[in-house]
Amino acid sequence: MVSGLTVSERQLSLVVLTALALCGLAMAAAGRADALGIHGFIVLAFSLGLIFLVISRYNDPEPPTERLSRYYDDPTKVGIVLTMIWAVVGMFFGVWVAALLAWPDLTFDAGWASFGRLRPVHTSGVIFGFGGNALIATSFHVLQRTSRARLPDQFSPWFVLIGYNLFCVLAASGYLMGLTQSKEYAEPEWYADIWLVIVWVVYFLIYIRTLQRRKEPHIYVANWYYMAFILVVAVLHIVNNLAVPVSFGHAKSYSLFSGVQDAMTQWWYGHNAVAFFLTSGFLGMMYYYLPKRAERPIFSYRLSIISFWGITFMYMWAGSHHLHYTALPQWVQTLGMTFSLVLLVPSWASAGNALATLNGAWDKVRTDATLRFMMVAAVFYGLSTFEGSFMAIRAVNSLSHYTDWTVGHVHAGALGWVAMITFGSLYALVPWMWKQERMYSPKLVEVHFWLALTGTIIYVFAMWNSGIIQGLMWRTYNDSGTLAYSFIDSLVAMHPYYIARTVGGLFFLAGAIVASWNVWMTIRMARFGQSQESGADVPVYGKADAVQAGE
Amino acid sequence: MKEFFHRKIERNAIGFVLAIVGVASIGGIVEIAPLFTIGETVEEAPDMRLYTPLELAGRNIYIREGCYACHSQMIRTLRDEVERYGPFSLAVESQYDHPMLWGSKRTGPDLARLGDKYSDAWHVAHLINPRDVVPESVMPKYGWLMRNELKYDDLGLHLAAQRKVGVPYTDDMIANARWDAYGQANPDSSYAQGVAERYGEATNIRVFDGEPARITEMDALVAYLQILGRLTDAAHQTAAAAAEE
Repeated sequence: MVSGLTVSERQLSLVVLTALALCGLAMAAAGRADALGIHGFIVLAFSLGLIFLVISRYNDPEPPTERLSRYYDDPTKVGIVLTMIWAVVGMFFGVWVAALLAWPDLTFDAGWASFGRLRPVHTSGVIFGFGGNALIATSFHVLQRTSRARLPDQFSPWFVLIGYNLFCVLAASGYLMGLTQSKEYAEPEWYADIWLVIVWVVYFLIYIRTLQRRKEPHIYVANWYYMAFILVVAVLHIVNNLAVPVSFGHAKSYSLFSGVQDAMTQWWYGHNAVAFFLTSGFLGMMYYYLPKRAERPIFSYRLSIISFWGITFMYMWAGSHHLHYTALPQWVQTLGMTFSLVLLVPSWASAGNALATLNGAWDKVRTDATLRFMMVAAVFYGLSTFEGSFMAIRAVNSLSHYTDWTVGHVHAGALGWVAMITFGSLYALVPWMWKQERMYSPKLVEVHFWLALTGTIIYVFAMWNSGIIQGLMWRTYNDSGTLAYSFIDSLVAMHPYYIARTVGGLFFLAGAIVASWNVWMTIRMARFGQSQESGADVPVYGKADAVQAGE
Repeated sequence: MKEFFHRKIERNAIGFVLAIVGVASIGGIVEIAPLFTIGETVEEAPDMRLYTPLELAGRNIYIREGCYACHSQMIRTLRDEVERYGPFSLAVESQYDHPMLWGSKRTGPDLARLGDKYSDAWHVAHLINPRDVVPESVMPKYGWLMRNELKYDDLGLHLAAQRKVGVPYTDDMIANARWDAYGQANPDSSYAQGVAERYGEATNIRVFDGEPARITEMDALVAYLQILGRLTDAAHQTAAAAAEE
């Protein structure tokens, strides 16, 4: 890691890390009477650890200049390992919070272990920890291959990867201490938000600098999606997190907006975190790894264009469908519903484009679990976008909103689409990165596939059932014209489904553990066995085949 | 054949970036910006009062514990919701809520009209062990709220920050924030009178957690729960007016 940096980059890292350590020290001092102080110490320890690492390797020989004729993949490799760690951690917390709803006393008499604090650890752990690391790791890989250009330097990719993980650590540890802005999927407090903006700017600069140095005349479609992910998430993050801290010694802040404006901003953010973090970024992944693994060109270039601009334009209008029948003015609700319905067109254009790309490679889907992960992901993408448009209809939403149906919908997307496309891509990428012919055990990939699919189906069916039952019980009247069920009646009816969803989650977690083991053993294989040096994977124009559209 | 126009856009990275930002910005600008300028977005409610420092501290505990993950504070304009929970929520009721806590999920019931529905003693018992009062409940126990002393010495800073984002706290309120928090939970102390003067005679001033000797986090949270839906009468007036028509 350090030996890949030039001497001037090692000096730069020491300067940046020292600055970070000083920030940590300042936070620890200013926030000594507050939880902010603990985060100050975490930042301090984090940067001191890295300073120690850099100094211990400071005198290693510089990397040869010949490196510039190769791709820079070290950050991607570490990113893959971090992705797997966060997958297991995030999904473990998911199973825990699921179990808490079935057995509420399955906890200690301590604040940090209560449902309300653990739940954001789960959501941030899987979305930002698992999903975010997977996006950063794969984007560096895809960006270089499709541009036929090496990353612009060795320092900034590490800054992005490690800095981003510092953000994730601050987020998760903060929730356990009760530090949250309460905005779903934007819970971290002001200082963590500012840090993420800095990391994100560097991330964007890596992207644009590499694209400017590309040897391919055209920017490949995967990069459109990765760019939309980086840019729009930045806009969303900054606007939704505008807040005034109580003081520089307090972790607590108060959001700039209130009431109805705050609700609209939050769900404009929340829905588009789904769109640009969990959809756009992962479509970027799909548009590269699926055609690569299938060895088929993308079915249609024009469909890619339609779906890309459709998604980029229309998603941003759809957030208000989270606020049907609320105090939000009805004209905004109607706009949100309308765009949510039209959104099905570009969504299905993407899903269809992916599935049609597999034409001619369906025999591989049967035999290759890696490709099957990606195929199932495209199917779930199609299903959950259809479900999303359906649930955005006001009349449907009146039943589904506030119920477990929403949770089921999110997990159809998160498990079926996001996690499946990630695992599929990683199973393709890991052997390439560590120069192996295949994963340590293709059988375990097959095992993981069935664990993941079983878990997803159990989970989603459990939540469909519980959500619809819940929604119906709340609105059922008896003959005398009064409400038939008390709230607690509906809660009791949920119990079997809450157990079922815990089981579904356990299956999915087990799959992630199997995957981690398989990735780890593949890395060990590379360390102790021979590696398959493939001469083609270098940034030379016209040699390696970048992915192209079929028409 | 003329080159497909999109092929040109794909060759220009900066142009592509600007196109993405431009195309993506339109929806948010059209839907969010007018909410700040169209007058009828938020109703008028002259009787709207502010959270007292103790209630604000309780609200922060509600946020800290993630209560919003399972409880909404937004009654929709649907018959069954109005009959179950009370008059539907108005925008003005969360006018001073930075951030809003409308919620998105009802693992537990809606809390928008919880205030005055149960006694303080019920809330304390329920928070210590929900299954003591509702045997089927799946809510966590919050025993530490009773054990933790409330940190109220810095509430003035909190009120000042709230004023910066637009809540009309006065200098007087900010200066007396910590004493008002103490006084609201100690009706017999000399600080109690100031709370009523600054926040209105209708303010709940009493020992919320049943223990007069200490100001606990339980005091603050129960004070907050008891004011939910009672900051203004506007929703009840709207409901009454609709019933007369």
